[in-house]
Amino acid sequence: MGNAAIARGAIAAGLNLISGYPGTPSTEVLETSAKCNKNGSMYVEWSVNEKAALELAAGAAYCGARTMVTMKQVGLNVASDPLMSLAYIGVKGGMVILVADDPGPISSQTEQDTRTFAAYSKLPCFDPSSVQEAYDMIGEAFGLSEKYGTPVLFRPTTRVCHGYASIDVKDESEYKKVQPEGFVRDPSKWVIFPRLSYNAHMKIEARNVTLSDELSEYSRNLVIPETASDCRKGIATHGISYTYVTEALAGKPAPRVMKVTTPFPFPEKAALKFLDGLDEVLCIEELDPVIERELTYICGKHHLPVRIRGKLTHDVKNAGENTCASVAENIASFMGWEKLGKADIEEAPALPVRPPVLCAGCPHRASFFAVKEAMKGKKSVFCGDIGCYTLGNAMPLDMVDTCLCMGAGVNITQGIGHIEPDTNCFAFVGDSTFFASAITGAVNAVYNQADMTLVILDNSTTAMTGHQPHPGTGHTMMGEIVEKIDITAVLHGIGVKTVETVNPLDLKNAVETVKRVAAEKGVKAIIFKSPCAVIIKPEKPAVIDPDKCTNCKRCIKSLGCPGIVLKDGRAAIENSLCTGCGLCSQVCPFGAISPAKEGK
Amino acid sequence: MQTNIMICGVGGQGIVLTSKLIAATAVSHDVPVMSAETIGMAQKGGSVFSFLRLGDGIASPMFPEGTADLLIGFEPAEAVRMFPYLKKGGTAIVNTHPIMPVTAALTGSDYNGENMTEYIRRNAEKAVFLDGNKAISEIGSPKVLNMVMLGAAVAAELLPFTLEEIEETMKATVKPQFAELNSKALRYTA
Repeated sequence: MGNAAIARGAIAAGLNLISGYPGTPSTEVLETSAKCNKNGSMYVEWSVNEKAALELAAGAAYCGARTMVTMKQVGLNVASDPLMSLAYIGVKGGMVILVADDPGPISSQTEQDTRTFAAYSKLPCFDPSSVQEAYDMIGEAFGLSEKYGTPVLFRPTTRVCHGYASIDVKDESEYKKVQPEGFVRDPSKWVIFPRLSYNAHMKIEARNVTLSDELSEYSRNLVIPETASDCRKGIATHGISYTYVTEALAGKPAPRVMKVTTPFPFPEKAALKFLDGLDEVLCIEELDPVIERELTYICGKHHLPVRIRGKLTHDVKNAGENTCASVAENIASFMGWEKLGKADIEEAPALPVRPPVLCAGCPHRASFFAVKEAMKGKKSVFCGDIGCYTLGNAMPLDMVDTCLCMGAGVNITQGIGHIEPDTNCFAFVGDSTFFASAITGAVNAVYNQADMTLVILDNSTTAMTGHQPHPGTGHTMMGEIVEKIDITAVLHGIGVKTVETVNPLDLKNAVETVKRVAAEKGVKAIIFKSPCAVIIKPEKPAVIDPDKCTNCKRCIKSLGCPGIVLKDGRAAIENSLCTGCGLCSQVCPFGAISPAKEGK
Repeated sequence: MQTNIMICGVGGQGIVLTSKLIAATAVSHDVPVMSAETIGMAQKGGSVFSFLRLGDGIASPMFPEGTADLLIGFEPAEAVRMFPYLKKGGTAIVNTHPIMPVTAALTGSDYNGENMTEYIRRNAEKAVFLDGNKAISEIGSPKVLNMVMLGAAVAAELLPFTLEEIEETMKATVKPQFAELNSKALRYTA
């Protein structure tokens, strides 16, 4: 896997410390590092959020350690405050900020492009096109970081992160060993002040000019063929799209191709070589038209009569992922080649849609259902957050009215409450998200006298990204068993007086608790505590008694659990999915579904 | 010689592991391999598919429609969804047992997969159908559907590996107590 290759490449480059916050498609970089850390020679940490992770890695890099911090693209927004300043301060040891972008988006809120963030923060950026290149290039990124004393960005996309390939790796004897010098006190270097920032800004701009020249000579900023051919058309591309271009051009009279591996600082001189003698260039990019803008700028600056085409000229679509087929089509149309005909096959029958849903046995389903039952007929708003529980929006639960970004729900619900005081305001937040960025929102609510119910969905893990530890789980990535941070104590500590913990799978009790707590004024909290269904051993599946079942389908219509299906028009348990959580037996008005535990 | 394989089904059926087993077998036999799959949101009952490519001279882990030599469909509708990837003359191996999505149960749909299986039967030049539900109940575990499907692909001589070679990788991958069960599943169609 690309992410594993990046981790192994970083370890081969002498990695001393790695921190991060989980997020698809970046998560496995840190997980692989932890797996490879059997002798404990590195420090590995899932931090509480991306900002903490980046600051921690910066501190270690101040000491001369080689450090890496991992996150997904939206995580960089959380870490952007330290990032922007760190660009001015710089580092001593090599520091790579790994940010995985998600064209599509396949599992993200936005289609933001970290290459654009690189230009904004003025930091060098590496954009690998394959698993092998990611492995080889991460060491080069550390080298450049150390040479210029600056953090660098490394931004694979999903298809590189989650692509698998057989690759050549270094022998352990070739691994670099880094002995950090330690922190050397120097307030004129490590303490940011306006005067320092002015000087640093001047230096950064000058450095980036030098870097652009240096990167024009970088062998991974490819121009093929190197010598001019008769073809006066060119294709500029990057990342995984480069492989699609390669496949689309296989066996064809090829146009000139430029692969931009360092989008910032843009390798201008290499681009001039590429543009020389061309009439037209098609830019094949995912996310922002970064290369297209740069080439358009370079053509203007140097008065080159080359037409630059791509997303800005509507030749390539603006959003979503590229595919082999879309790139082949873009190129065929640009080159004036015959369009690839669709295969002549019979139209498929109407396919069932499969939106992602909460797993069978997921305790979040029970939590949402309990709140829904308790608030029936009352004016309410349910603000959701980022995690598996965003899927509580699906029918029939339909319990997520808003979702914006990590930790936003607790504040959004306060805003709604100030405008609509007669509304019962709820914020749902998972345990990991609570620690990551909802505690500040809770403090805000208490101090500013909000009227709301904070619902913590505590499944004792970070489920969405594959079960990483967080401060409430009691273990760390270094394998230590540590004292858990108690959510109830945190809430009491900041002044939330009512904090009730209830098992959501005990439906009657859960509904009553919600009714009682929600009726109080001010900020109050309910902790629905029940472990993620994926990490516990399932109970025996539920059994439907055909004599008692009246086929009212209440179980299906209220819960939407994948463990209950329709068979010949009747509700039936799907044994391969049912975990025996017992929620449906509490919902059935006729007692027709036996609670799983009896079946043991 | 290149082989393109599309493996598809529903999240939780073991598609990713199937893809990894073939890829790991390739690595241990020095066959170049690339693959790509969707993980994340789609795991939770959504459509899951994995591109797998074996052989020399491959640049991209994904391949375009109409170029798969082999389509392994763990669920009939998912096999139809990915059917355009199968090349003319390619082979489809399809589990005929449907998985009804929650949305279908809610709307009272009568989806049972039969028209999907019929579509594949009409349109694939070569197709192998098997009842995965029958297989797993005979073997005694719902978790081994992926091994049954993989075994069927090997039995149809569509992978450049023998059953023993795949089995070796499987034994190195799964927990020892599940090895025998998985071996039984791999050999179900043999």
